[in-house]
Amino acid sequence: MVSHNGVKAALVHRERGEARGRARRPDLRDTAPLDAILNACYAPRMAQETIPNIRNFSIVAHIDHGKSTLADRLIQITGGLSAREMTEQVLDSMDIEKERGITIKAQTVRLDYTAKDGKQYILNLMDTPGHVDFAYEVSRSLAACEGSLLVVDASQGVEAQTLANVYQALDANHEIVPVLNKVDLPAAEPERIKAQIEEVIGLDASDAVAISAKTGLNIEAVLEAIVTRLPAPKGDRKAPLKALLVDSWYDAYLGVVVLVRIVDGELKKGTTIHMMGAGATYTVERIGVFKPKMTNVDVLGPGEVGFITASIKEVADTAVGDTITEDRRRCDGPLPGFKPVQPVVFCGLFPVDAADFEDLRAAMGKLRLNDASFSFEMESSAALGFGFRCGFLGLLHLEIIQERLTREFNLDLISTAPSVVYRLLLRDGTLKELHNPADMPDVMKIETIEEPWIRATILTPDEYLGAVLKLCQDRRGMQIDLGYVGSRAKVVYDLPLNEVVFDFYDRLKSVSKGYASFDYAITDYREGDLVKMSILVNAEPVDALSMLVHRTRAEARGRAMCEKLKDLIPQHLFVIPIQAAIGGKIIARETVRALRKDVTAKCYGGDVTRKRKLLEKQKEGKKKMRQFGKVEIPQEAFIAALKMDD
Amino acid sequence: MTRISVPESQGGAGFGVYVHWPFCASKCPYCDFNSHVRQAPVDEARFVAAFRRELAHMAALSGPREVGSVFFGGGTPSLMRPETVGAILDAIAGLWTMAPGAEVTLEANPTSVEAGRFRGYRAAGVNRVSLGVQALNDADLRRLGRLHSAAEALEAVAIARSIFERFSFDLIYARPHQTHADWAAELETAIGHAVEHLSLYQLTIEPGTWFERLCAAGKLTIPEPDAARALYDTTQEVCARHGLPAYEVSNHARPGAESRHNLVYWRYGDYAGVGPGAHSRLTSGAKRLGLSTERVPEDWLRRVEAGGHGVVDEEAILPEMQADEFLVMGLRLTEGIDPARYAAIAGRPLDPARIGDLVQHGMVETLADGRIRVTPGGFPVLDAVVADLAA
Repeated sequence: MVSHNGVKAALVHRERGEARGRARRPDLRDTAPLDAILNACYAPRMAQETIPNIRNFSIVAHIDHGKSTLADRLIQITGGLSAREMTEQVLDSMDIEKERGITIKAQTVRLDYTAKDGKQYILNLMDTPGHVDFAYEVSRSLAACEGSLLVVDASQGVEAQTLANVYQALDANHEIVPVLNKVDLPAAEPERIKAQIEEVIGLDASDAVAISAKTGLNIEAVLEAIVTRLPAPKGDRKAPLKALLVDSWYDAYLGVVVLVRIVDGELKKGTTIHMMGAGATYTVERIGVFKPKMTNVDVLGPGEVGFITASIKEVADTAVGDTITEDRRRCDGPLPGFKPVQPVVFCGLFPVDAADFEDLRAAMGKLRLNDASFSFEMESSAALGFGFRCGFLGLLHLEIIQERLTREFNLDLISTAPSVVYRLLLRDGTLKELHNPADMPDVMKIETIEEPWIRATILTPDEYLGAVLKLCQDRRGMQIDLGYVGSRAKVVYDLPLNEVVFDFYDRLKSVSKGYASFDYAITDYREGDLVKMSILVNAEPVDALSMLVHRTRAEARGRAMCEKLKDLIPQHLFVIPIQAAIGGKIIARETVRALRKDVTAKCYGGDVTRKRKLLEKQKEGKKKMRQFGKVEIPQEAFIAALKMDD
Repeated sequence: MTRISVPESQGGAGFGVYVHWPFCASKCPYCDFNSHVRQAPVDEARFVAAFRRELAHMAALSGPREVGSVFFGGGTPSLMRPETVGAILDAIAGLWTMAPGAEVTLEANPTSVEAGRFRGYRAAGVNRVSLGVQALNDADLRRLGRLHSAAEALEAVAIARSIFERFSFDLIYARPHQTHADWAAELETAIGHAVEHLSLYQLTIEPGTWFERLCAAGKLTIPEPDAARALYDTTQEVCARHGLPAYEVSNHARPGAESRHNLVYWRYGDYAGVGPGAHSRLTSGAKRLGLSTERVPEDWLRRVEAGGHGVVDEEAILPEMQADEFLVMGLRLTEGIDPARYAAIAGRPLDPARIGDLVQHGMVETLADGRIRVTPGGFPVLDAVVADLAA
């Protein structure tokens, strides 16, 4: 059955073809799975050996289908942590990750397992981020494994996120073991869900492992399946060191910690390593594995996953996907698929209270220590004062950073409309990159404006195809391909990125009831009829809300913005007109009605203290709003205004 | 006993004493006041002794003052025996100087049982009653959890009129199922009972009340802002037409018949509050003290008996806070506030730009004598006006 499974998976993989362009960065479309890399590099030399006692795997699952619970159970059963040490969901360590049920940073844990064949195995579980914003990071984590567990809730069945992730795993040539979780629940329908997995994904589910991660039912069978059904890694211990930099983060005690997967050679303490992409050299100080507690080891060999520290000052000095080799005995070439981080979405972040500017700078510096994909530089705005222009991998990344600044550093922030990078050709022949609509030169000086385009691949159940096509069409999309993958429609569209950064992903989820999956890669820059749309509140322009839009989309976008702002701006004592304008021309208008009734009916001697405290709170609240002319706009309005449903 | 009255502090806003009787026969579903229902009879003698001690504590803090008004509130003070009321009034008169013709108000439920005690209260020194009529229709009274009928309430009003020099009653409007026309008619009827003072409260859903739970469960709805505003505007119009203009957000009176005691609060004067959960504002030397007492009646009793008072919270209110309180209270009155007094309290004048904006939006106006007051259009949105002015 294993081979059957493999054949079918490979078949699906081929069907989906090369044109899919799954990863978001242009050259990632050729990202090769590790096996292919290894074969390409070493097949001629035939020095590749299977490392039979290691299995590297990730878990693919939709939120709430039990990925974290299963991971916890695997750690517990293999003795990684005592029952007392087990806290819920060991792997998701950030508050935001726990709350949103998403993983932002890759995590890993090494499980020591004695299988039924009596042999000792090392099982490395790689936890991966689960959002399109982090598609590149996911692709690197998956490249470090040979197989995946596909965990599906036995009553809920396959969901969109499952698909997006499972296809990525298939792209990485993973062998996949389906696992049906929550089979203990009365609503569980394992047979129906098995059929669904076969039909929708095209995987053979007849050998699916039925478990309950919550009760611990059949967890041993999962471990056995990992050993017997997932392939062992291959590598050459004697070859020069070649390791994949899977992830890195900043630890308050250890400095930068680097997660690595060894492909060839050995990594030891004291080795002088060379990062091939970054071109930097370091001496390894500490080497170890996560069990899940950090445990020092002497050496990491081919197929192994572990961490190193090497007096690296900043996470920005390490690049996910980079190849690590030994400085004095370098390998023949880097692993394919490496790409330096490039921000895709920009927005301004400003402190609500100007006095917080320095604190904001310090907080951003701290976050950047641990997140090299986030960049910032100072900017100033007429309405918002001093702040920073920040670059992100996508909208979720933007939200996460904003939330962490607010929550962990107690800063009140205003964010401006997200923007992509435009290329302007000016009449005087100069080229200008525009990250910020506020910097848009006089229209008369502009010859042409170019905007980035992406190639998007969307998989959707047939019943939502019409809605998905309409969405793409509405966003100025150009259809490239329309076909079927199993029972699902595959839609390939070229879309302007600026139509995607706002709320495309949310809209897609909404029109497909969560079933469509989406991936994209930036392809090229194309000329567009783009105009700057301004938003005026009570006749005052709010520069933080101005944006570049395509002329044909301006009216719809303007109307949607005005409608949204109408609900976000609290009622004042007077009527507030909200207008969208291109140049001097008003293209949309809404009105916030004046407050009609707001008075405490009873207020006597015993109510004074309470009323005063309420007033103090109100005054605090007003401080958190931005004053535009006579209108106070709450900070939430700035980001919420940009999440539009049209 | 002769006491020398000191010159009036707090802008001549007067000095009043508030007495809180914390017991009710039953709890009304809309009420968030400090009221308690007890099965066992209340030991009134023990309470009188405790009130005496706490009054003495307040007198020590306030120094000699002339008492312009006393107010028995609750709870339901009309559950007290007249002798209890008399004993407390005697204690007050012994600790401070009673102003000639001081206003002494007692809140009463308009049931026949309580109306039977009115003469006793009159003899004890009460000269004004405030009746919790709340509605003039029996179905609504039941929904509001009241124990009296409309007829019984009007009977009590008639008895009050024959016994006391002054009386007032309360009505709640914007009640569930109440139409605009129903309310206008009910208000006309109420005014027809020869009243000179009415407190007209738009129903508010207070946290922790039964109504709040009903509201959360979707079983009770309060009017949308536009409808609420229309009800408020009608209230103003009907009352003004009958010579009972608003002198405060929810209080209407024939000129001269205003509640003097409540004016002390709104003019941000000094008041001593005694009894469970009572609040005080006292000028003591250079400080303005804010005091509040233990809310649970039995705990309050034990505290007073052990330490001479039930005060659990005492703070010197900072000038900035006093300035806020002055605005919150003072702008509720149609007479408005004196900006000079604000400046004296806050140590800085009101922001002329903010006043200018509010004047421009028709929310406040400046009078010839320099006072600032909220306009009829500003009152329905007073909380927002105050927030704008105070910010």
